[in-house]
Amino acid sequence: MAMSKYRIGEDPDYVPIGRRLLLLNWTLVLLIAALSGIGFAMLYSAANGSLQPWAERQMMRFAVGAVLMIVIAVTDIRVWLKLAYFSYFVALVLLVGVEIKGDIGMGAQRWINLGFFQLQPSELMKISLVLALARYFHGLTVEDTGRITLLIPPLLMVLAPAALVLRQPDLGTALLLIAGGGVIFWLAGVRMWKFALILGSALAAIPIGWQFLRDYQKNRVLTFLNPENDPLGAGYHITQSKIALGSGGLFGKGFMLGSQSHLNFLPEKQTDFIFTMLGEEFGLVGGLALLALYALVITYGYIIALRCRNQFGRLVAIGVTSTFFLYVFINIAMVMGLIPVVGVPLPLVSYGGTVMMTILVSFGLLMSVSIHRDIRISRQGNDDGRN
Amino acid sequence: MWHRDSDRFRMFTRRALMLGAGKGVLLTGLAARMYYLQVLESDRYRTLADENRISHRLLPPPRGLVTDRFGEPLAINRQNYHIMIVREQTPDVRRTLEILDQIIELGPDTIERVERDVARRRSFVPVTVRDNLTWDEVARVGVNAPDLPGLIIDAGRSRDYPEGPHLAHTLGYVAAVSEKELTGDPLLELPGFTIGKSGVEKVYDLALRGTAGTSQVEVNALGRVIRELEREEGDSGNTVVMTLDLELQRYANQRLSDQESASAVVMDIHNGEVLALASHPTYDPNAFTNGISHKLWNSLVNNPYAPLSNKAVNGTYAPGSTFKMCVALAGLEAGIISPNQKFFCNGYLDLGNARFHCWKRGGHGWMNMHDSLKHSCDVYYYEISQKIGIDRIAAMAHKLGLGEETGIDLPNERSGLIPTKDWKEIQLGKRWQGGETLIASIGQGYVLATPLQLCTMTARLASGKAVKPHLTRDHVTPDGVSSREAEEFPELQVSRANLARIRDSMNGVTNEIRGTGYGARIKTEGMEMAGKSGTSQVRRITMRERQTTGVLGNDELPWKYRDHALFVAFAPVDNPRYACSVVVEHGGGGSGVAGPIVRDLLQKAQELQSARQGISAANLPNSAQLRPRTAQNNENEG
Repeated sequence: MAMSKYRIGEDPDYVPIGRRLLLLNWTLVLLIAALSGIGFAMLYSAANGSLQPWAERQMMRFAVGAVLMIVIAVTDIRVWLKLAYFSYFVALVLLVGVEIKGDIGMGAQRWINLGFFQLQPSELMKISLVLALARYFHGLTVEDTGRITLLIPPLLMVLAPAALVLRQPDLGTALLLIAGGGVIFWLAGVRMWKFALILGSALAAIPIGWQFLRDYQKNRVLTFLNPENDPLGAGYHITQSKIALGSGGLFGKGFMLGSQSHLNFLPEKQTDFIFTMLGEEFGLVGGLALLALYALVITYGYIIALRCRNQFGRLVAIGVTSTFFLYVFINIAMVMGLIPVVGVPLPLVSYGGTVMMTILVSFGLLMSVSIHRDIRISRQGNDDGRN
Repeated sequence: MWHRDSDRFRMFTRRALMLGAGKGVLLTGLAARMYYLQVLESDRYRTLADENRISHRLLPPPRGLVTDRFGEPLAINRQNYHIMIVREQTPDVRRTLEILDQIIELGPDTIERVERDVARRRSFVPVTVRDNLTWDEVARVGVNAPDLPGLIIDAGRSRDYPEGPHLAHTLGYVAAVSEKELTGDPLLELPGFTIGKSGVEKVYDLALRGTAGTSQVEVNALGRVIRELEREEGDSGNTVVMTLDLELQRYANQRLSDQESASAVVMDIHNGEVLALASHPTYDPNAFTNGISHKLWNSLVNNPYAPLSNKAVNGTYAPGSTFKMCVALAGLEAGIISPNQKFFCNGYLDLGNARFHCWKRGGHGWMNMHDSLKHSCDVYYYEISQKIGIDRIAAMAHKLGLGEETGIDLPNERSGLIPTKDWKEIQLGKRWQGGETLIASIGQGYVLATPLQLCTMTARLASGKAVKPHLTRDHVTPDGVSSREAEEFPELQVSRANLARIRDSMNGVTNEIRGTGYGARIKTEGMEMAGKSGTSQVRRITMRERQTTGVLGNDELPWKYRDHALFVAFAPVDNPRYACSVVVEHGGGGSGVAGPIVRDLLQKAQELQSARQGISAANLPNSAQLRPRTAQNNENEG
């Protein structure tokens, strides 16, 4: 009977834990470790050749996060499918929670202090949204996606957290949520003209939205448009970042020899501007090498997605890969003065525990998709669909 | 059911590949941007990065030295030790200062000020705790260094005048640059930089200043110095060798020190070199170098004897009878009087309804030119001046260097005043009165001269050349020092015979019995001087005073109403070499008060000359041999 459930051990798709570890995409793990290793080296340099205060803590976080990643990876993909709406619901409740009671940090309400751990619900939402949307579209046929009524619930699923995050205010994360959600819509087969419509009305809404931006957000956009206008004020970061990158040249100034970074002309060199320091010390060659590593990771994400035989896994794979790509692109474009400074870190390299966790958890999901690629899941989500 | 799934998968695959292609394009865009920044624009950003990290700092050059004509140091640069504290290098600023207070006295005020300064600055900026440490204090702090974390002893340079008050007026002093002295030269904006404010220090400031060196240092974003990258030492200022003879100068100061207010000049009549230039009372220029206290400044400014003023060039006095050579020479040159022509002095001369008195109440009787100078008869000059006229007298005065600046290399030289008819018309809008010529003929009334001008006049009478005084052995310009060409002064356009007559009469003043200066004569054979006394009145003697109490003696008058005592002379008589003038403000009689000082100075100048017979002019030092000695000093003291 199609609707019957298997207990563990009876499941024909059941794979023993040891076998799952063998199926784990170790090349991807190696790439992730390599990127994190570059991060450790840069943090060591940022502290003028010291493991304190950043590199060592980052290593410990990576160790914890890597274990978590593997645990998630070997967990059956169907478990994540079942948890998708629940985790979305939890993340949404927490986001409302920071609205009501949140600690003030960096001029924005972003954290819930749980005593032992500072939870950033917006980070949790980045993963949960991908899971929930993937779960939703997993249940729709191509024809279904053409029906506007069926598109309204997922649209609300994207807009609700985005609006909450924007209120915090965290423009960067809100854009990441919308873009990440948009990617799932796109992959699910939503018609192009609908995207064009949404994009067009979004552009039309810019003048209205401008009024709702906070002063510092307006400043970021204005200084982006003309950084030299205010070289000692808001434009300082971008200008100094470009000077650092440009002066690095083809081969860079050498490890721990970046004058802009080490004489503190470069702000936030351990977090948002870590790519700049890498570019200054290792030049174009170092920057392109890092970019190539990122490109490889993203390509792996695509390979995993295309080899996966269930829609949920495919959507999750491209969803998390795209979120990862957006981090990389926004951060690097930002430090090179291509887009405004929006406060997005460079994944796996920038110092910061929460982002490290988010990224490793999402890679855990990606690998889970990879390990369980051959499991077929019915649109209802509770059926292997074999009969 | 599965066909539907494969629809989804085809759609998914197509769209995923499109998405992937889009990401590829964006990543390529990032790579292109990297190439643009790091390859195409790299040079520009490299320059900007260097501008960020490299800061150019000026190194103040050592100021040039000033020496006397024999190379004796008059203005030097002294090592100046100051102690500084760096907040970030000491665990507790207050505690460290308290320990220091026990080693060298600071006092609660200093501790409070330093704490305030420290709090205001960045933690790595050194704050000066105390200036001008003695060597002993430096040693004590050095020994206790382990207990004094964060304290730095730094050696700077400050100007020092070893002769102190002896040369204050000539050398002047240096002090911190004031707001209105800023020229845009960044050197002037360095903290602690000093420039010449008066005297030779001011006149030759640019030559003494030197050119700044630069130090390239790497700084971080807060401006903290990380390391020095490159250093280029500047050039120290030029050494200026003065014409002064330190020993004679000291003697002149000592000789004037008995007087309330006086000045003296000794110069070489052939080349115009000033050997001594003294003004009394004086002050210690060292007090200005590190900022003079308000109290000391006020006491200098309010002193009635004006110690800050260099009276030898800034003081103007009625020359009194020392002016008579000028009148007599004007008469001889114009052919209006002959040397032997006699005039009768009965003690006064009436002109219109005014009576002009001779200083001698009973009169001198018949006087020729020689006797008129020897006895300083006033009536003789009343008589001849009416014939000569004020304008001829004025022309001769200018020839002898009066009424105009001598051009000496000192600031604020006064030009004195030689009146003419035109001058009075233009300046006062009144016609010249005959009686005014009479008063001018005895160096009173409008006539004013500086002691330096009187010395120059005497030198010109003695040499017959239009000598001009100067203070440096070499020619000093802002660009450097060049050897002064053996300056040949033009001949005075005056007959030699007439000059000889005047000199002979001046000889009479000092070397003939009953000459007014006979008491002040030089008795050493071969060194005799010829001179002229002057006593210039500073108040009006009323008819009433003459009739009731008689003319009051100087002793009976308050200081500021007493006569100025003047004396000018040259020596030796036979072959003149030196000229000297002395003015004692309100000193009384010229021959009695100023004469002996002139005598002693001229005698001393000649004695020094013969003692230094071996030192020929060629052996005198020039600036090339006398480089600033700070480098040596460092070695000695370090």
